[in-house]
Amino acid sequence: MSIEHRDDTGARFGMWLFLYTEVILFSGLFILYAVALMKYPEQYSQASHKLNIYFGSINTVVLLTSSLTVALAISAIQMKRIKQCLTLCWVTVALAIVFLINKYFEWSAEISHGIYPGSETLAEMGAGVTSFFNLYYFTAGLHGLHVFIGATLIAVVAIMTAKGKVTSERYTLLENSALYWHLVDLVWIFVFPLYYLIL
Amino acid sequence: MSETTSTYTGFWKESPRSGILGWLLSTDHKRIGIMYLGCIVTMFLVGVCLGLAIRLELIAPGETIMGAQTYNATFTVHGVIMIFLFIIPSIPAAFGNLILPIQIGARDVSFPKLNLLSWYCYVVGAILAVFAIFSGGGAPDTGWTFYVPFSTQTTTNVNLALMAAFMLGFSSILTGINFVTTIHRLRAEGMGWGRLPLFVWTLYATAWIQVLATPMLGITLVIVMFERVFGAGLFDAARGGDPILYQHLFWIYSHPAVYIMILPGMGVISEVIPTFARKPLFGYWAMALSSLAIAFAGSLVWAHHMYASGMSDFSILVFSLLTFIVAIPSAIKIFNWVSTLYKGSIELAPPMLHALAFIFNFAIGGLGGLALGAAASDIHLHDTTFVVGHFHYTMFGGTGFAFFAALHYWLPKFTGRMYNHKWATIAWGILFVGFNVTYMSMQAVGIQGMPRRYYDYLPEFQPLNLVATVGSWVLAVGLLIMFVNLWQGMRNGRPVGKNPWGSATLEWDVPSPPPMENFGEEDPVVTKGPYEFKGVVADEY
Repeated sequence: MSIEHRDDTGARFGMWLFLYTEVILFSGLFILYAVALMKYPEQYSQASHKLNIYFGSINTVVLLTSSLTVALAISAIQMKRIKQCLTLCWVTVALAIVFLINKYFEWSAEISHGIYPGSETLAEMGAGVTSFFNLYYFTAGLHGLHVFIGATLIAVVAIMTAKGKVTSERYTLLENSALYWHLVDLVWIFVFPLYYLIL
Repeated sequence: MSETTSTYTGFWKESPRSGILGWLLSTDHKRIGIMYLGCIVTMFLVGVCLGLAIRLELIAPGETIMGAQTYNATFTVHGVIMIFLFIIPSIPAAFGNLILPIQIGARDVSFPKLNLLSWYCYVVGAILAVFAIFSGGGAPDTGWTFYVPFSTQTTTNVNLALMAAFMLGFSSILTGINFVTTIHRLRAEGMGWGRLPLFVWTLYATAWIQVLATPMLGITLVIVMFERVFGAGLFDAARGGDPILYQHLFWIYSHPAVYIMILPGMGVISEVIPTFARKPLFGYWAMALSSLAIAFAGSLVWAHHMYASGMSDFSILVFSLLTFIVAIPSAIKIFNWVSTLYKGSIELAPPMLHALAFIFNFAIGGLGGLALGAAASDIHLHDTTFVVGHFHYTMFGGTGFAFFAALHYWLPKFTGRMYNHKWATIAWGILFVGFNVTYMSMQAVGIQGMPRRYYDYLPEFQPLNLVATVGSWVLAVGLLIMFVNLWQGMRNGRPVGKNPWGSATLEWDVPSPPPMENFGEEDPVVTKGPYEFKGVVADEY
């Protein structure tokens, strides 16, 4: 009874709209950052130097590589190389896990130094430093949540590909998941310099 | 009984699953629309009861039926329910789902499953909101705006209310994404942009605001939750935060949100007026583009809520100017509706009466908005009941009456039955009088200086408060008659044909109630505009 309807362009269009809402979601945090930076430029610089740049840099490399692998996965499925596509998807998921583990160690180190939202050590360091770390935890935490969601999405699509539900003729789901993953990457590309590099 | 329910055919009967699951798991836009409508009307009635309780408390100075804390909780929950659970989804989610796909000649929306998910988000949000009243440290008492620092410090159950608002925002975003994509991708052959009914244009503008602005509310509410759980201090000045920034972020969403609330209502009016004036809508493109202009300009005016919060004079000047600019496209709409009526063959059917009430009420509400948008008068009127009166003139007198117009206009299409016109007219009259008595008194007492959100007041404000409370009960009687009459009509009214009003848009070309997939085997081909009434004949009923 139901008439088969398929609209790949529509699905991609919808995904782009959704990504737009994600950009707005994060932009609220960038506004807070901009205002606080204007108010406490010196304390922000001071706080930024407390972050470990090695953790940040490694995670940047990991995420950029994962964006490459997921893009290659799309090329693979377009060329009907299902096996290669699967490998690339799972490598992406693995890199996401590396990112999160790395984050875990980074945060544990900071928390063990008494730097976490609402801590007394932080309160003693001044209002600007407190504001920096509050925003840092909130932004990186929200981004981490997105890494988790994105990796789950890609894992689900990989399973569907293995079962033959995502094919070389019908791979919009993979494309949309990859778009989401690129967004996760994009957000990090702004977060990394703002918190680790430029100050 | 079998005879009375026999007109419930079409999508009421056809479904891949039978019974309650045929509804709860349905991806049919009409079934989802009906489910939305049921929930929204229920939440509206809850909100009305709370509103009546507020008015009753204010009938006399001092404590009459509730104490200060209960009063705070009552107006907060009234606001949260009416804003997030009634008026934002009222027309877009209920009538948008019911009407939009049929009006553009589509079989469903672009993402039917997402559509169902948005309904579930709504239901979860509704349950959380209701749960917040009865659990934890008591019902939230922050006002629907959740202003910091109070919202981060109060011990009442603000967390659940925030989560509810977040879920409802998510539901709203999903609907918005769905509608923008549907309007771009699923228009029938011949349904060019110049042939879209105005209701679709306003839904399009609304959907863009939903997509553009709602995430900002999402992040703001999540930050407040973060504050409450971790005590971080992002909005606390002592810890490097800024409470004014909360207000900015909140209004960056919540001001555009009032256009999410009003634009679809304007769309309904633009459908009803040409039909009952038997004349093409005056200035089609001006109407279509003014919807987009309202959506655009309305996104740039948020800080006019904050003149008294601490802002530079220059900012006040800029936001005041931008606020006035929104009045231009709004006025274009009012003038075009009136021009459509000019020399029309006007039939005062119930939907038309509600539409005319909309124009009257919204004009008052809109002009009151200018008094609030001008910095000088705003400083006097800020946080008085004038603001409450103004808001209800635009939202209740505007969107509320548009919602009633939509109910009277489209329910016969979806139930296949006509309500009693005489009672509908009586209910409308009572509603209209009750509404104006209530909120005009509220505006007047606000100009005298009565602050809002207080359960007690000075004795000189008593006469007008008494009038407003009496008005609120007249209003309640009108609502009761209207809903009973509509309910009776849906159950036992006379059966109607395809096109009881003689309208020219596509939804009146399909049977009442419409079948699954709306259009049978062949996709429709559109050959004329939405307001070309030549050759369109109304069915007798």
